[in-house]
Amino acid sequence: MQTVMAFVVGALYAAGLYLMMRRSIFKLIIGLALLSHGSNLFLFLMGYLTRGGPPITPPEAVRPVAPFADPLPQALILTAIVIGFGVQAFAVVLIRRAHETLGTDDLDKMQSTDVD
Amino acid sequence: MLIAVVSGFVFSLAVPLLHRTVRNVTDWLVVLLPFSLFIYFSFLTQPIAAGGVLSSSHAWAPSVGVNLSFVLDGLSLLFAILISGIGALVFLYSSGYFKGHSGLGRFYAYLLIFMASMLGLVLSDNVIALFIFWELTSLSSYLLIGFDHERSSARSAARQALLVTSVGGLALLAGLLLLGEAGGSFELSQLLREREAIRSHRFYVPIVVLIMVAAFTKSAQFPFHFWLPNAMEAPAPVSTYLHSATMVKAGIYLLARLSPVLGGARIWQGTIVVVGAITMLIGACLAIKETDIKRILAYSTVSILGVLTFLLGLGTRAAVEAAVAYLFIHALYKAGLFLVAGIIDHETGIRDVTRLSGLARIMPVTALAAAVAGLSMAGLPPLFGFIGKELLYTATLQAPLANSILTAAVLLTSALLVAVAGIVSLGPFIGRTMTLSEKHGGVPLTMTAGPVVLAGLGLLIGLLPNLVAGRIVSSAVGAVLAQPAAIKLALLHGLTVQLGLSGLTFALGVTAYLRRDALRRAVSRFDLGTALGPAKGYSLTLDGMTALARLQTRILQSGHLHIYLFIILAVTVGLVGSWLVRYYGLMRLEGWADIRFYEFLTALVIVAATIVIVRASSRLFSVVALGVVGYSMGIIYIIFGAPDLAMTQFSIDTLTVILLLLVLYRLPRYARYSTTLERLRDAAIALAVGVLVTGLTLAATAVPPISQISSYFAENSYLLAKGRNVVNVILVDFRAFDTLGEITVLAVAAIGVYSLMKLRGNGSDG
Repeated sequence: MQTVMAFVVGALYAAGLYLMMRRSIFKLIIGLALLSHGSNLFLFLMGYLTRGGPPITPPEAVRPVAPFADPLPQALILTAIVIGFGVQAFAVVLIRRAHETLGTDDLDKMQSTDVD
Repeated sequence: MLIAVVSGFVFSLAVPLLHRTVRNVTDWLVVLLPFSLFIYFSFLTQPIAAGGVLSSSHAWAPSVGVNLSFVLDGLSLLFAILISGIGALVFLYSSGYFKGHSGLGRFYAYLLIFMASMLGLVLSDNVIALFIFWELTSLSSYLLIGFDHERSSARSAARQALLVTSVGGLALLAGLLLLGEAGGSFELSQLLREREAIRSHRFYVPIVVLIMVAAFTKSAQFPFHFWLPNAMEAPAPVSTYLHSATMVKAGIYLLARLSPVLGGARIWQGTIVVVGAITMLIGACLAIKETDIKRILAYSTVSILGVLTFLLGLGTRAAVEAAVAYLFIHALYKAGLFLVAGIIDHETGIRDVTRLSGLARIMPVTALAAAVAGLSMAGLPPLFGFIGKELLYTATLQAPLANSILTAAVLLTSALLVAVAGIVSLGPFIGRTMTLSEKHGGVPLTMTAGPVVLAGLGLLIGLLPNLVAGRIVSSAVGAVLAQPAAIKLALLHGLTVQLGLSGLTFALGVTAYLRRDALRRAVSRFDLGTALGPAKGYSLTLDGMTALARLQTRILQSGHLHIYLFIILAVTVGLVGSWLVRYYGLMRLEGWADIRFYEFLTALVIVAATIVIVRASSRLFSVVALGVVGYSMGIIYIIFGAPDLAMTQFSIDTLTVILLLLVLYRLPRYARYSTTLERLRDAAIALAVGVLVTGLTLAATAVPPISQISSYFAENSYLLAKGRNVVNVILVDFRAFDTLGEITVLAVAAIGVYSLMKLRGNGSDG
């Protein structure tokens, strides 16, 4: 399954980057979102996929019962998801504001902050 | 000796402030420093002449072999005396030359930095310290040439001098590092002991070439000679001090200092002799061509520097003797003549020798000093210059190779320089008296002092040569030859070949002087320098670099986000991809058996939704598909044991979709801006990155998992942190500071979002 997921990561990266290279700012945002999904999945795969077995210690034990999933990538991804959302929210609002101010959603026309 | 070097730097910091507050005192203070240094070094001539060597060492960065170690031997002493003595006169002169100039404090500061660096250069025993002082002289020369920075010609001359000498500086650094490598030490005194090892070392040829490039750029040797005449944009005191008496002789100093270590080999001797001889002839010819008095002097300096270079290249005892004596002589008369040129420029505002005449009646003292200095330059008895010329002919006649050619070249050069001496020291002062536009109040004493003292010394030493022969010249020659030398100088040796050659030189020179206008025209006709010379090469190189920089900026800094991304991705694919293929080859795909249907379906949904997003023609569609990707990711997290991630992913994705929908209706219709070709290009590079990332993932997970960190967290989350959910414990306990940072980022983002939503400009900026 690891192999299949590696291809999914590749697909997410390819699509994300392709959209980021478009000139429409909305596509840029979507691309950014896909890219962060791809990165999260990449991190997740680094911990090797383990079915079931969340890294949680059962009530009667002092450590999780093997096999359990690697907790470290999960902690990193958790942070990444939240930060990714923060970035995305900021980018969305920034872009909306830029569009209101400059009257275009074409990135190639957003080369100056001067309004004439 | 450390104090002697450092005092100049320290004083230079204080001078601008002092000059603003106590102007008159400062003028005298800046003279006092070099003068006291001059006295100090003069007193040292006795012990040095007796064969002593003074040294002192101060640790600077001992771990890399860099020390402020100073050694005073005969050669250093000769330079130190010239630097401090002429320095004192130049500072005195500047106070008159720049009377009332608002930038005088700044000028003093630059000049002090220069003096201190130059002293450091000639006293350093450590080659790295020597390099640093060498570069400091280049920098202060830049500041001084560009002192009058409001004129563009001064700025470009300053930049030219800096660029040419800093090319040499880089060569010097490389050469000295190699030398240190070959000799096993950065101390010159150590290197001298290792000379056999250095000469047979495989780095010998690169070292010699690099050191020669450094010396030739600094001392304006062909083909780098062009910067020196252009440096005449500098004020007269600077031209006197840096560009005739001291700094341009740094290259000569370097050759003299290293000749005991590197000299003797054919590559050293041959190259230096040839380059020196060419420079000598070119300098003399170009000096005849010019009409600007300072440029004439500059080219004659180039010529003399050529003479010194080729003498050092010859390396025989007679040649070194002549070189040391000539260096001393030249510093005296040329500094004097530059100061005179400054006085003429200052008083009349004219530097064209064809327009200057009859100044002797207006400035008699200056005229007298100029005449004596000019006679020394022309090499007439009983002046010091005559002794130098005799020594010069002795050296060429005894040269180990091509002595007739060299003697002829020296004869021609000397004859031309006799004419030049006439043009600059006689021409402006005789003939019809000029009418000056302003009422002239006499040259101030501070300005005439320099030329008078220097010319007087030339006469005095000529009459009593053994005043300096035993004390200064002998020990300097001894230092260059690395063996003791006792030299007796005398004005007349009786009827010798040398005397005959001197007479012939003078006769030819006088003829050339009388026919100077015809000669000037003849030289100008054969001058290819302006069209094909090194100066042209310099400006072409400079223009080429600017054009290249502009082109590169236009391509790389286009201002289009997609082009930036494209370049970044292409480079990443190229570099990382090639590495991946080289180390892993084409990977075999494994683990197909371990696939369950529902997992595969989820992965398929992600890919399908991604394709939908890329191809979507409406925004709503792509937002919904993005939601599908997010939720499928959540399902993957659930399947593979990450319920926390799944929960977070579900809630964040819901928020994202809502956010995007909120923004959505404000934007214009979904437009396609790019052409099909652009799309194909971007798709190709994006797919390449996708393949690369897949490959990276497979390569990274091809090795079995070893993670001590993860098992530590799993072991201890309950025992140490009393938490059963390991992921949560990592976030809030083991790595709590990271989480704090994350919260801060979110808070900043939230503030940003809020201010962008709520705060509005007041109409003027939208």
